[in-house]
Amino acid sequence: MYRHWLEFEKPVEEIEKKIEELRSYQTEGGSRTADEIAKLEKKAKNLLKEVYAKLTPSQVTQVARHPDRPYTMDYIQNMFEDFIELHGDRCFKDDPAIVGGVARLDGQPVVVMGQQKGRNTKEKVYRNFGMPHPEGYRKALRLMRLAERFNRPVFTFIDTPGAYPGIGAEERGQSEAIATNLMVMSSLKVPIITTVIGEGGSGGALAIGVADRVLMLEFSTYSVISPEGCAAILWKDGSKADLAAKALKIDAAELLKLGVIDKIVKEPVGGAHRDPQTAYKSLKTVLISQLKELNVHTREDLVELRYNKFRNMGVFSEPKRY
Amino acid sequence: MIWFKKDILSNGEESKSVKVPFGLWVKCDHCGEIIYKKEVERNLDVCPKCNYHFRISARSRINILVDEGTFKEFDANVEPVDALDFKDLKKYKDRIKSSQKESGLKDAMVSGEGLINGQKAMLAVFEFSFMGGSMGSVVGEKITRAVERGIDNKCGVIVFSSSGGARMQESILSLMQMAKTSAALARLREAGLPYISVVTDPTMGGVTASFAMLGDIIIAEPRALVGFAGPRVIAETIRQKLPEGFQRAEYLLEHGMIDMIVERKLMKDTLSRLLAMLTEKQN
Repeated sequence: MYRHWLEFEKPVEEIEKKIEELRSYQTEGGSRTADEIAKLEKKAKNLLKEVYAKLTPSQVTQVARHPDRPYTMDYIQNMFEDFIELHGDRCFKDDPAIVGGVARLDGQPVVVMGQQKGRNTKEKVYRNFGMPHPEGYRKALRLMRLAERFNRPVFTFIDTPGAYPGIGAEERGQSEAIATNLMVMSSLKVPIITTVIGEGGSGGALAIGVADRVLMLEFSTYSVISPEGCAAILWKDGSKADLAAKALKIDAAELLKLGVIDKIVKEPVGGAHRDPQTAYKSLKTVLISQLKELNVHTREDLVELRYNKFRNMGVFSEPKRY
Repeated sequence: MIWFKKDILSNGEESKSVKVPFGLWVKCDHCGEIIYKKEVERNLDVCPKCNYHFRISARSRINILVDEGTFKEFDANVEPVDALDFKDLKKYKDRIKSSQKESGLKDAMVSGEGLINGQKAMLAVFEFSFMGGSMGSVVGEKITRAVERGIDNKCGVIVFSSSGGARMQESILSLMQMAKTSAALARLREAGLPYISVVTDPTMGGVTASFAMLGDIIIAEPRALVGFAGPRVIAETIRQKLPEGFQRAEYLLEHGMIDMIVERKLMKDTLSRLLAMLTEKQN
């Protein structure tokens, strides 16, 4: 089977190659080859587990950006039923880098949205590599307001390198679009659950991320700037991205410690892309239980709790004056 | 052909090599004129030749703006903490220390209340010289408190931005300040109180993409650079020349992103008139 192997997965790749080779002989080999294959498969799985148990932050970044990783549409189509996509910001155009619409989760009507990356070159360009323009944020905003009007919970999925640095995006006010989303989300009177499924790139990610619950898939990242961008500015050398990734503390475990996210959702061994069905199933279970927890609160309490959650973010000291 | 070269290059570039005598004279960053420093200071740090607005400190900004003797500073002892143990080429701890020493401030913001031609307002003013006016937890907290005080005291809030954006040394915590400040402004809006955002040179990144663009009224100083992505990053991404005046105040006004451009000497008057018109009780 063809897969994009990452550099640090090399030892596993070698075993899997061997397995494939054995398989091609299997018709003649009989049970001895089958035993051998089973043994190797077990070895490969253990090795994979070992490798993924101690990924460095820059390796996590690679997994988060893996070309086979499930994207927003994959999650929507496999966790929700009856998805109807809605388009356009009613101002300028439809931004394919953010998708959204209405759907059902476990039978209950909800609103879903998220940044969408493309799988092949043509689609990547069409989706602008998951980098939204102002129209994308405004479409998301329109859907959130729709959710509020009809009292439907909102599920957002974050997977973007960040906002698009382009002339049109600036001219049409991407700052204003992001800022307005932050403001409106902070007081939206329905439950909001955000999941970072891949890359959580800066303001472009946060623009759909002011939520009652912020979840992160185990091998996703969330950061104020890409490690490459940070390295270019602070180290004045883009190749120092490894150092920047470490310093920025962009992986789920660190962010949980900082109190910026609420929960880490486990991924299958070797990442969501190796076993997408399991990934969909486990995230779906978490989403359902999280929503149940939020539904306990009145809408007013929900907004109050959300406000306090973000109000308390940040670390500073305030020594008393004498 | 050497003697042609000088002429070709002398469209302002050449004048950069002029040695400026230390102390008494300053060179305008825009027109390149050498001007008597006192004359610039008397002119509110605006070039008397070309009207270029120099970047000014938070303290001078407040002096220009607030009625004499009415400014009361708040939260002056809120200090940054190196929560991530961040180190790039220098330790964040050391950057904080040296910036504090140079500026005499704890972080990149001075906030408080004061009267502007008799109109009470909460003020939060960026200090650009402190780590490029970058927004970390302290800046986010001080802005949020200023907004909350506005709600408690039933008065308007004015933020003067001048910032390179989020402070990378505080990583995700600085990103979250965008959400925190915007959430506070949602409450101010609900309370029916005005928020005026003044963007000065430069206002970029996460600062622009949160409170700076959320003003009921947004005012810019002439020629201020205001945007989300930096011009260099955009030029590198799209591999095109950027349009003339891109991301400058005048360009933003033309594209409908700000309400007006106001010169420094008219700022106080404009703000007090706006505050009055938005807050005055009707009979």
